[in-house]
Amino acid sequence: MYPRQFDYVAPSSLEEALAALDANPGAKVLAGGMSLLPMMKMRLLSPEMVVDIGRIGGLGDITDNGDSISIGALVTHTEVSASGLVQEHGAALATAASWTGDRQVRNRGTCCGSMVHADVAADQPVAALALGATMVAASSGGTREIAAADFFVDTMMSALEPNEILTEVRIPKAGPGTASAYDKLGRRGGHTDYAVAGVAASVTRSNGSISAATVAVTGVGNRPVLAAGVADALVGSDGSDAAVEAAAAHATDGIDVLEDLYGSVGYKTHLAQVFAARAVKAALSAAG
Amino acid sequence: MQVSMSVNGRQVSGDVEPRTLLVHFLREDRGLTGTHVGCESSYCGACTVKMDGKAVLSCTMLAVQAEGADITTVEGLAENGELHPVQEGFWERHGLQCGFCTPGMIISAVTLLEENDNPSEEEIRRGIEGNLCRCTGYHNIVRAIEYAGAKMRGEEPAPAEWENA
Ligand SMILES: Cc1cc2nc3c(=O)[nH]c(=O)nc-3n(C[C@H](O)[C@H](O)[C@H](O)COP(=O)(O)OP(=O)(O)OC[C@H]3O[C@@H](n4cnc5c(N)ncnc54)[C@H](O)[C@@H]3O)c2cc1C
Ligand code: FES
Ligand code: FES
Repeated sequence: MYPRQFDYVAPSSLEEALAALDANPGAKVLAGGMSLLPMMKMRLLSPEMVVDIGRIGGLGDITDNGDSISIGALVTHTEVSASGLVQEHGAALATAASWTGDRQVRNRGTCCGSMVHADVAADQPVAALALGATMVAASSGGTREIAAADFFVDTMMSALEPNEILTEVRIPKAGPGTASAYDKLGRRGGHTDYAVAGVAASVTRSNGSISAATVAVTGVGNRPVLAAGVADALVGSDGSDAAVEAAAAHATDGIDVLEDLYGSVGYKTHLAQVFAARAVKAALSAAG
Repeated sequence: MQVSMSVNGRQVSGDVEPRTLLVHFLREDRGLTGTHVGCESSYCGACTVKMDGKAVLSCTMLAVQAEGADITTVEGLAENGELHPVQEGFWERHGLQCGFCTPGMIISAVTLLEENDNPSEEEIRRGIEGNLCRCTGYHNIVRAIEYAGAKMRGEEPAPAEWENA
């Protein structure tokens, strides 16, 4: 099983890569290849050109910007899950990365690639939503910033243009009393494989009540999406188990839950509520 | 396209199509058929090789992506006719039946033990989560990796379970 023929370039600078994308509208960016190559092997996708960004310097770091952290385009799932900075400021993302695929997949696949691939059941995009991440996209015309909430547009469709490269996922640092968590049921049980349903939550506790919350669900609809109903019900509450469970009942409010091979609408709705409660409770206990 | 890399300590190069997968370059160009193709779809781990110290799927990589990399396949593990401790462990603890998954399983285990030479049973099971075995079952594979870990730490491996039975 191998892909159709294509032209291959592996530029060593971002400028060259962006120029190649401009010159070849049928080109696809290749990062870790853990989603693109399986699709090309199954011939679901047959790009005329592959622009391998793996040789570009300066995209492989997790950096501390003072008030935020940046995850570069070539940072792998293994590196995200092992990063002290990500664990401290975006625990939901570190956990989501550690539960993405298996060890071999995590050694090659990238966090940024996971965002752009935008699978309906992917792990890291919901963590980015809950953490209020910003996507930084480069094109030959310059760079632009896209809020995570505007980035996941539809099934396997992000807001990125075909001539853009996602150079970093930027996460605001967690302030005092703020913490996040992710929990899911994997398709192969436990935390293994894509999410049948999964929820990421970020909460801020101040003076005994919840002053801010962002919650997002994956696996249930056509894309990773914010669960505003849960967040609205949490804010102002005391964060007791009863309050969290009442809020979690809103996990799929306003979301068009879709049946798939892994579960019915009723089952997915139930799971989203269960994991919303678990993720919020875990975030609250980490927030102290 | 020209591609060159180090395979089992030897510098090799070849002329490949961009779409040539690393596993086909290794098996067909280099004749290293120890690396197996199982599912061909990134799930079974039979094609696992070590690239720059990490376990990766050679069926889900282009050969050209390995340009300049340092690759180790199962053929590159034994030194001077001496089996690698992980190979010895699979032999001593019956870690294989048909052997199809074994080369990938062994490479995964080698990289796991290089990262942590004293993993718990849970860490071993998590470490080989990307390798499926259809016949041995994982029990003896875990024992084989424990055996290898002990050897690599310079300790005497625990006796085989059947010796105490
Ligand atoms: C066996 C297996 C199990 C998996 N299990 C899970 C799982 O449990 N959970 C989960 O969430 N995912 C899972 N995945 C998917 C995996 O996480 C991928 O690594 C990820 O979806 C894509 O990242 P990548 O770097 O491999 O991207 P690639 O495969 O290289 O690219 C994917 C897509 O994104 C584009 N792209 C990539 N990077 C950029 C960039 N910087 N700028 C612009 N475009 C870009 C490509 O053009 C392509 O369209 C699994 C994959 C496999 C093979
Ligand atoms: S052959 Fe590569 S994962 Fe199965
Ligand atoms: S030994 Fe036969 S598949 Fe594992």
